[in-house]
Amino acid sequence: MELSIIFLPLIASVISGFFGKFIGDRNSEIVTSALVSISALLSIFVLYQVIVNQYEENIVIATWINSGSLDVNWSMLIDPLSAIMLVVVTSVSSLVHIYSIGYMSHDPHKPRFMAYLSLFTFAMLMLVTSDNFVQLFFGWEGVGLCSYFLIGFWFKKESANAAAIKAFVVNRVGDFGFALGIFLIFYLFGTVNYSEVFQQIPTVVDKNLLFLGFEIKAIDLICLLLFIGAMGKSAQILLHTWLPDAMEGPTPVSALIHAATMVTAGVFLVVRCSPIYEYSPLILNLITIVGMSTAFFAATVALVQTDIKKIIAYSTCSQLGYMFFAAGVGAYNVAMFHLFTHAFFKALLFLGSGSVIHAFKDEQDINKMGGVWKKLPYTYALMIIGTLALTGFPFLSGFYSKDAIIEFAYLRGNTTGYYAAGIGILTALLTSIYSWRLIFKTFHGEYNNKEIKIEETHESPMVMLIPLFILSIGAIFAGFLFKGLFIGSGDENYFWAESIKFLEPLSTDHPPTWFLLLTPCLVTISIPIAYYLFVKNKEIPNGIVSMNKPLYKFLVNKWYFDELYEVLFIKSSKRLGLFLWKFFDGTIIDGFGPDGISSFIKKCSIKANKFQSGFIYQYAFVMLVGFSAFLTFLIVR
Amino acid sequence: MDFPILSSLILLPIVGALFLFFTKDKDGNNLTAKYVALFATIVNFLISIYLWISFDQTTSSFQFVEERVWIKDFINYKVGVDGISILFILLTAFITPLCIVSVNNTVKNRLRDFLIAILIMESFMIGVFCALDLVVFYLFFEAGLIPMFLIIGIWGGPKRVYSAFKFFLYTLLGSVLMLVAIISIYWISGTTDVIKLYELGIDAKYQNLLWLAFFSSFAVKTPMWPVHTWLPDAHVEAPTAGSVLLAAILLKMAGYGFIRFSLGLFPLASEVFTPLVYTLSVIAIIFTSFIALMQEDMKKLIAYSSVAHMGFVTLGIFTLQQQGIEGSIIQMLSHGLVSAALFLCVGVVYDRMHSRLIKSYGGIVTIIPKYSILFMLFTLAALGLPGTFGFVGEFLILMGAFKDNFLVAVIASFGVILGAAYMLWLYKRVVFGKLVNEDLKKMVDLNRSEYLILICLAVPTLFFGFYPEPLFNTIEVSVSDLINMHNLNIASK
Repeated sequence: MELSIIFLPLIASVISGFFGKFIGDRNSEIVTSALVSISALLSIFVLYQVIVNQYEENIVIATWINSGSLDVNWSMLIDPLSAIMLVVVTSVSSLVHIYSIGYMSHDPHKPRFMAYLSLFTFAMLMLVTSDNFVQLFFGWEGVGLCSYFLIGFWFKKESANAAAIKAFVVNRVGDFGFALGIFLIFYLFGTVNYSEVFQQIPTVVDKNLLFLGFEIKAIDLICLLLFIGAMGKSAQILLHTWLPDAMEGPTPVSALIHAATMVTAGVFLVVRCSPIYEYSPLILNLITIVGMSTAFFAATVALVQTDIKKIIAYSTCSQLGYMFFAAGVGAYNVAMFHLFTHAFFKALLFLGSGSVIHAFKDEQDINKMGGVWKKLPYTYALMIIGTLALTGFPFLSGFYSKDAIIEFAYLRGNTTGYYAAGIGILTALLTSIYSWRLIFKTFHGEYNNKEIKIEETHESPMVMLIPLFILSIGAIFAGFLFKGLFIGSGDENYFWAESIKFLEPLSTDHPPTWFLLLTPCLVTISIPIAYYLFVKNKEIPNGIVSMNKPLYKFLVNKWYFDELYEVLFIKSSKRLGLFLWKFFDGTIIDGFGPDGISSFIKKCSIKANKFQSGFIYQYAFVMLVGFSAFLTFLIVR
Repeated sequence: MDFPILSSLILLPIVGALFLFFTKDKDGNNLTAKYVALFATIVNFLISIYLWISFDQTTSSFQFVEERVWIKDFINYKVGVDGISILFILLTAFITPLCIVSVNNTVKNRLRDFLIAILIMESFMIGVFCALDLVVFYLFFEAGLIPMFLIIGIWGGPKRVYSAFKFFLYTLLGSVLMLVAIISIYWISGTTDVIKLYELGIDAKYQNLLWLAFFSSFAVKTPMWPVHTWLPDAHVEAPTAGSVLLAAILLKMAGYGFIRFSLGLFPLASEVFTPLVYTLSVIAIIFTSFIALMQEDMKKLIAYSSVAHMGFVTLGIFTLQQQGIEGSIIQMLSHGLVSAALFLCVGVVYDRMHSRLIKSYGGIVTIIPKYSILFMLFTLAALGLPGTFGFVGEFLILMGAFKDNFLVAVIASFGVILGAAYMLWLYKRVVFGKLVNEDLKKMVDLNRSEYLILICLAVPTLFFGFYPEPLFNTIEVSVSDLINMHNLNIASK
């Protein structure tokens, strides 16, 4: 049964991908949605078993790579951590499958789209249920590949193709670190299986390695390399540039891959490796810093974007930052909690924005929307729920998980902890402002679209609204219901069992009351403020913009990361390639090598040719010179 | 003595070629010639499968050994296989029939002669992989050049003569030194029998020079940086079937030679020169990847990527780790399938549009969807996506290299990023995007034979990506014994 969770999506993908033409669009949509939904139900059942009966299992499917002492299996590991991920992945995926039936109804390539979605689900499940690092890497690259396919799904758009390649290559940069991490693990422990590696960790705590001339602790190095992989996949600052561009893909893809599942793989990796990370305070601090920088950076950029999807993309980036700094302060279970709640409300927001885009006939600029909340009542209500949950409005899911992150950062009690808590609160405020800006500019104020009449905008069909509705239930209740399970401090039947390791038990103190109230208050107050700024009195934000032109430009251009990378990496690689090709291979190697030698021989033979002129007197003269030289030599000697 | 299965593998294609020699050469589609060639090579493939099945995987000693006196007290014709060589024979026997099917569309004139060249080449290649006498090896190794030289020189593109000569000179110059080395080995040890030489060992003071002599030949054929510049030219000018043979099999002779002779015969020298090989391999991986990024000609791009892939192979071999060497063998096999497929993919569009320039394509995915899917699969395999054959070898090589030398592994891993960049960019420019060139609309999708060939290559690419176990079982004992022997030699110095 467990195996069918993984393989049903694969079967769905094969049916829809290869036989889509024969069974028709509608049937392939039904088949993929049905199979993935079954998989979701089974996952929920497995999670239930895990919670109630402490069910754990490690199934070996087949051998994969068996070379010398390296032994890698295809396998499926079920423990609390993977069970949670199974539910998140399959449930969001099945809802997105169903939603896509409506969203993609005008697209000519439906079976292909559904096949990619199912294939992605399969790869993601392989990733989360792996019991070793190499299969994890398989899933890791597999989801990257599906993301590549789906971002570039509209292959005629030049920008979509560019974004797809960018996503893959930037991810490869992260994977480069990840792969090196795996090599190092194999080098140190002679195995790549989680359980065997984690067991041996305490034996290498004091081991130092000489890496590229630096003496560094082996554990730190492993953690660093794995974290580079996580940064790529989870779009953390420096390796984040692909995520906003990835919005070129169809919106259901953004909801599934670039919000709920794939981008959280990095967080999952860090949590999964908690038995390693616990021994490396240095890298944990680094994770905290990277996480909070990303959270802050992405929130500032989201403030000024005008593309509805890009705002949500930066928001995702920012929330992933939260998850990382939760992990960085050692609160892995809180990171997982935020991952869990985030999957619901962010998928909801994305699918909701898809519904808006659908209504506006593929318009994504929020400056060309507005005033349609009466026309799209359901979408509007559901988006409001998503926004409330995202901003951490009291008693919705985001409230429980995000506040827990800030609390644990505060309770960490060291400088990075306090600093992270401060940034966390500030970012929560920014989050609230940009989220409400999106809502107000999209649904309130005047109607700004000149191409489509307001009468033509329409509510989406039920097949799109029902998944939204289910997600909104998750966005409202997931936090309240699962709080005890994820981050409860009760000792009896501790949920995570062995899957998350804490060297020291997490602090069970409570921060002072004023601290607890701070974030919810800020978040609540910002709603009327945002309403005033973006609906009632638009002069104020415009005034702020014109007063701070350089800062505004800096933010609109996303801190100039893309431009910087263009110069640093892309242009210079091209130039280097050209140089190595034309100059090195062409002029030097060929010039001195085969071409040089052959032209040298040719020159020599032309010279030699000239001697054979056929004139007797020339031959006689040369003979005479030679003869006299020879004589001179004999005499002088 | 049992049935001489290896000799029949070597001789069968030649017999086929003889038959062809006596058929009439018609212009156009010479079906008889093609069926004869196809029959010979398919039977050969079946025999090689039989060979693999009856091969004993539990021992590293040579099997199916045949020995006949050729020149008394000097050269014996001696052939045999172990776990390392048998897979290369299989690869050769697998690729050749596909090449013959592919000539359908590419070769217009003198088809019969072309087929003869391919058949003879198959004989020589199989000979290379099972020769157990240095002189016999040398003869096969060098003779393999001649048909290839002819294939490029007669059926090649406009600059074929330049390319053919460049190819010939480069490879021959290296080989002369190898011949000298083989003669000196005979003087030193009194035999050229590989098995005996393994037992006797070669005196430490000669090893370095002899190693260099062999190296000069293998390095050119691999090709390693900086003697790689013949390869892009040769590929560009060669007809599709020629490119396929060149990339899939000819390049593997050198990698095989490194394992069999450089490591096997000169363990001490191999240890000494490891840094040299590492340096050249890493340069090859990085430099040629950058160069591949900038290519405008599809075939040249794939040729440069071949150089980078072979850089991984040489790197893996000299790690002298189980993972490294096994990875190299797997990488050679996967590169054999994948590069063959990529050259065929280029051939498919070239036959239709007569252009290899990337910029003359774009937006063909809706026009020829079947082709696009298969081309995508091979692109992914070439960039080493897990789940394809290309991943297994590359990953193991880097893993082995990491055990031996951090820095080298780190730099080489960087090549993996570049690999993704140039392959995906190539694919995007050719297949995706807007359809600009109106002529492309007239393209037809894969015909039956093209489809068959590419599927034949796609199946093992995927299958062994998920389940390479049969291959590992075959090579495991031979590789581990090779490493043990090597370590013993080093220890006893």
